[in-house]
Amino acid sequence: MALSREQVAMRVAQELEDGYYVNLGIGIPTLVANYVPAGIEVMLQSENGLLGMGPYPTEAELDADMINAGKETVTAIKGAAIFSSAESFAMIRGGHVDLTVLGAFEVDQNGNIASWMIPGKLVKGMGGAMDLVAGAQNIVVTMTHADKYGNSKLLQSCTLPLTGVGCVKKIVTDLAVLEVRDGAFHLLERAPGISVKEIQQKTAGTLIVNGDIPEMQFN
Amino acid sequence: MAGFNKVVHSYEDAMAGLQDGMTVIAGGFGLCGIPEGLIAQIKKMGTTDLTVVSNNCGVDGFGLGILLEDRQIKKMVASYVGENALFEKQLLSGELEVELTPQGTLAEKMRAGGAGIPAFFTATGYGTPVAEGKETREINGRNYVLEPAITGDFAIVRAWKADRYGNLVFRHTSMNFNPMAATAGKITVAEVEEIVEPGELEPSQIHTPGIYVQRVIKGSFEKRIERRMVRQG
Repeated sequence: MALSREQVAMRVAQELEDGYYVNLGIGIPTLVANYVPAGIEVMLQSENGLLGMGPYPTEAELDADMINAGKETVTAIKGAAIFSSAESFAMIRGGHVDLTVLGAFEVDQNGNIASWMIPGKLVKGMGGAMDLVAGAQNIVVTMTHADKYGNSKLLQSCTLPLTGVGCVKKIVTDLAVLEVRDGAFHLLERAPGISVKEIQQKTAGTLIVNGDIPEMQFN
Repeated sequence: MAGFNKVVHSYEDAMAGLQDGMTVIAGGFGLCGIPEGLIAQIKKMGTTDLTVVSNNCGVDGFGLGILLEDRQIKKMVASYVGENALFEKQLLSGELEVELTPQGTLAEKMRAGGAGIPAFFTATGYGTPVAEGKETREINGRNYVLEPAITGDFAIVRAWKADRYGNLVFRHTSMNFNPMAATAGKITVAEVEEIVEPGELEPSQIHTPGIYVQRVIKGSFEKRIERRMVRQG
């Protein structure tokens, strides 16, 4: 069965390593914070200027001056640092953030990503997404494998205006985990009960399937 | 030392000299850390044809959103907009021009503007609509876009504490774009929660040195929350 949003987040959380600085985008990526594996410590970066983002505040902790990049009220953990937007994007652009997780409308087999603009619909802006994809060494994209009409979002070439070029290395969808390299999607894992055939059918770009593809493991 | 007393006591004095057609850089991220009273003063003055540079454009009825009500903004330079219905309406009708700019590029444009750097190369936006019409260059095997700096006739910022020299300290994540905005205005006005005596701010802990700030006014703030999230506990 296709993964739930929470299961996608759980699988992405397995990409976290001890000591990582991580930027989580809005939506499913935000949920990843709930599944940090036991025994490892990661530091969440919020691009409005917070390193060491904590959970939502209690009523007593609520503070209008303490928000995350989604403009939600939030807390800072002990040991957090707060700084300006320029400093925040120096960290991001300078490649100091170890892992960025964000959503997308489309990705293609050359690692291009489209996530901010659908022509004909109101464009609200790219926020920090273009800086994040240009700066991160390690980008994981989360999205559904196909849209609600069954059209693949893993393409030969993105059709929508791009957010960044040649930057996506790994994708976790509701059906599969894939790596992007050498101009192709490489199937690494499949969701429990999902066949390689179904993934092939729903992947429009070049898909390399090497040997037996294991199912994702959830503890 | 009268020359270094930057404190003004009315919003009229704080925004004196603002004229139609000027560029105003505003600090803030969403509704966090915005100079509420200075924005209200611009609305009161009725200044029009403004170019406003800010990460966002407020919401309907609050923050920079109130400057849309009387069509005071001609052009908005921002990374994310459209939290307000009026913004959307004016954008679609062509009354309002928008230059969408990646958030980190926007912060760096302000920083560069204040630091006397006319433009900079960044990988952000290469190969995307943001790079269209801009100079690009390959440096050490990677492609970059040349982005011009931004300066403003006015910069309006919100700080926590200030002294009469214009030294500023920001509170929590309300810092955001405020320090860069403060450097990039020909006239920078800081609206603050508290004015303290010189020496009360620890010199090494000052976020924005007073040299960047021309006017300081003590404001009172609603501090509206855009997305109120709480946990049980």
